[in-house]
Formats: sequence, structure tokens, C-alpha cells
Amino acid sequence: MTRHLQLTEQGKLKHFLTIEGLDRDLLTEILDTAESFVGMSEHQVKKVPLLRGKTIVNLFFENSTRTRTTFELAATRLSADVLNMDIARSATSKGESLLDTIRNLEAMQVDMFVVRHALSGAAHFIAQQVAPHISVINAGDGQHAHPTQAMLDMFTIRQHKKQFEGLKVAIVGDILHSRVARSQILALNALGVSEVRVIAPKTLLPAQVKTMGVTPIHDMDEGLADVDVVIMLRLQKERMNSAFLPSESEFFRCFGLTEAKLQRAKTDAIVMHPGPINRGVEIASSVADGPQSVILQQVSNGVAVRMAIMSMAMQSGGTA
Amino acid sequence: MRIGYAPRPAANNNKMLNHTMSIDSLNIDVLLDNLELAIRQQIGERKLQNPLLIGIHSGGAWIARHMHLRLGISEPLGLLDITFYRDDFSQIGMHPKVKTSQLPPHLEGRDIILIDDVFYSGRTSRAALNEIFDYGRPNQVVLAVLIERNGRQIPLQPDCRGIRIDLAEGQRIKLTGPDPLGIEIQDLAGVAA
Repeated sequence: MTRHLQLTEQGKLKHFLTIEGLDRDLLTEILDTAESFVGMSEHQVKKVPLLRGKTIVNLFFENSTRTRTTFELAATRLSADVLNMDIARSATSKGESLLDTIRNLEAMQVDMFVVRHALSGAAHFIAQQVAPHISVINAGDGQHAHPTQAMLDMFTIRQHKKQFEGLKVAIVGDILHSRVARSQILALNALGVSEVRVIAPKTLLPAQVKTMGVTPIHDMDEGLADVDVVIMLRLQKERMNSAFLPSESEFFRCFGLTEAKLQRAKTDAIVMHPGPINRGVEIASSVADGPQSVILQQVSNGVAVRMAIMSMAMQSGGTA
Repeated sequence: MRIGYAPRPAANNNKMLNHTMSIDSLNIDVLLDNLELAIRQQIGERKLQNPLLIGIHSGGAWIARHMHLRLGISEPLGLLDITFYRDDFSQIGMHPKVKTSQLPPHLEGRDIILIDDVFYSGRTSRAALNEIFDYGRPNQVVLAVLIERNGRQIPLQPDCRGIRIDLAEGQRIKLTGPDPLGIEIQDLAGVAA
């Protein structure tokens, strides 16, 4: 169902809601398309006219500066017009329903919604309701998915490791509350890595985590042995409503990435983090700023990858 | 009227081609000779200073490499991929195998020789011009193509060509390559002649 919602009858991308249901070929096409947008930030004129005349609405019901600004930058580099919906000050606070908000915007002839919402499934719901010519991009829904982040992470991995076969990838930290981790796991498996390890205390792993196609490990030294990629996650404190950890310093001692712990990984292992980073909680400054860290590259790749996803989703505009 | 006739390469060279000859006799080396001569003429007539050669992917880039060698230009060849500037994106969508454009960062005031393999509707040239002007304001652009054929849809035309030919309804002409270069005529059914 998810696949049919996201793709046109010809198998082209229409909505980008979740990695689930998308095959390796399509994911690779996204990465290849992003490749062609990467060099643009070095040009004098950082624009192509691909989406000229199109209107993209940033519908962010949850706080975000980084994701919203990269989507905005991606849209403007494609020459699209961007509408930033300030939800807190909008009619939502006057009690307007989500659907009414959408219908009102549709009536203004927009072409795409980029949606971030606190509830899982929000982007799917919107995609099922919008007029046929409109595309929906999920910028993060509840604890469910953050597929564009996962794609830019895959792009960064491919930049450094060239291919996914044979890679051992470790995802460390608050897997339970992380929509990013869920999307990353789906993408890594779809692209054919050798092994995905999730490293966290039991309290921060979903109960049925093995069904996601990962190896759960509760000891950092064991988990990092010989890995090619280390992805650190932020403690999602704003989503924690019971006692998941004794303290942040305890977490850092057991699961924080220090230079010493990083030695367990391969010597050319790369260190990633979707951001924002909490220095001294999940990652030591020396590692975050160190030679193996590709955290800032993830950010610049984020613009190119989102440009790719938006232009691919928009290409079927006007056709069902 | 010189329509249909390529410029005579040299006084004592009798390999001049015209459109009434069989298409099978299109000889790539002769066309390259013709194009080189035509470009040299333009460089003289238009007083091009230190011209920058730009080839349009893919066929134009192959031709431009030949011209780059023949003209003995030391500055690296510029390459243009016009995928993002096409005017039919909403009909045909994205082509994932986009090659990156490689141009020097500043085109202000430069004399440019823009090279493509086949000039047909004119839309590729328009897209290429749009992209070039996004990089900067050139002094002038000379459009050079190996083959100019009938079927123009935009009021643009090449400044120099290897040959001008007329094709029948439903016929298409294509450059194959890069090595060796070849010319292929196809009809609508896709059968190569």
C-alpha cells in the first residue's frame, strides 16, 4: 500500500513518505540524481530552472530550523517559490483542523507540501487527501520516519565507501524514539549492506527490534568492533516521558563515542550524526570535530539530496 | 543561395557535399574538416579573442574535443549538460544520468564557441545559452554544429556547420561515438539506414 501511495503507475516517485516499499533501484536513482546537484553550491549562480513557477509549502508542525532551512534552500536552488507556514501563529492555534489547513493551501494553487508533524502517519494522511497533482514529502512524522535524512546519510556513506555491499554499520543511541534510525535501517538493508548493528541500552531499543533486520548489542566495545560506519543518535529527551536512563553522564560513559571507543572500529571508519549534536552526551567534541567525522558533509549533502527528491517527485506533476 | 551546401573546404578539394547526394556518403572526417574551416572563418570575421570552446553533452562534447585539438587551444574544453535547462521537464521528467557541467567560474566578457553535434529544433541551443548566461555575461557566442538539419522550431540558427541537410518526414539523424565517430540515420520505425 505504501509503495502504491508513493509511486505513480509508471513506478516514478510521486510522494516521498517512507523508505518502506521503495526498492534498491529507486533509492539508487535518488542518490545518482543527488550526485548531479552536488557541484552546484560551488557555482556562481546556485540555481537551475527545473522547478521554476512551482510553489512548495513548508508545513512544519514541529520545531525545526535545520531541516526546514535545508528544504527551503533546496527548493530555491531549483527556482521554486517557497511558502513557510508558521503553524504556531496560524489558524491551527485557532482550532483549524489539519485537513482544512491543507484545503486552504490547495485553493492557492500550490504544488508540493513538505510536512513535519509530531504524530506518526501525518504525512501519509496528507498524501492520501491531497489533490492528484500535489506531491508530499515527509520531513519527519512522530517516531515513524525521516526518509530524507536517511537518504542523505546513505549518500554520505556512498561518497566515502563507494559501495554498500560488505559494509558493517553501527547505529548508536536512542533508537527507540528515533524516526531517523528507523528510516536509516530500512535504507541500509534495502541498499544491501552486510550488517546493521544497533547499540543501545535495552531501555532505548524497541521491543521487537530484531524484526527490523538488525543485530542488537548492548556493549559499545563489542558493537563497534570492525565497523565501517558509526552513526551516533541524539538522546531524544523531548520524547522521553519516563526513566530511560540514570543520567546523561552515565550514558556518555557507556554509549558515548570517544576517541578510545572509536579505535575499535576500522581505521578508516566514518563517524556520522544526523544533528544537532549534544557534545559530551552522545559524542565527544574531539570525535565530532575529528578527522573521521563527516557530520558537516552530511549537512551539505542534505541540500543536494532534497533537491533530487523534490525534483523527482515533481516530475509527475499534472499526471496521476 | 548557399542553403544545403557546406562551405567549400579548400580550393583544390573536391569533396564538397550537397543535400541531393545520398546520405550514406556523409563522411565524418570531411564534416569535421568543413566545421574546422568554418570555425576558423568565424574566429577571423568576428575577431574572437582567446575563445573558450564549450561542447554540449554528449555528442557536442565529442565534436568539441576534436575541434579543441584541431584548433590547438590550450585552455581546457568546457562541457555543458543542459538537462536542468530543458523546456520539457514536466513532460519527460528527470533523466538520472546527468553529467555535470564543467565551465570556468567566470564567463564575463569571454568569447565563446558553443559546439553541438546536430542542430534540429533549436531548443538545445536555447537551453545551452540560458545555462551559459547563468554563469556570467559572455561577450559573444558563436554556435557551431557538425550537422544542421531541417525542422527548426525556435528562431535560432548556427553560425557555422559541417553540413546542412534536409531529411524526410519521420527521419532522424544521430551522431554515434565517441570512438569511432559515426553518423546514423533513423526513420520513425527506428530502423537504421
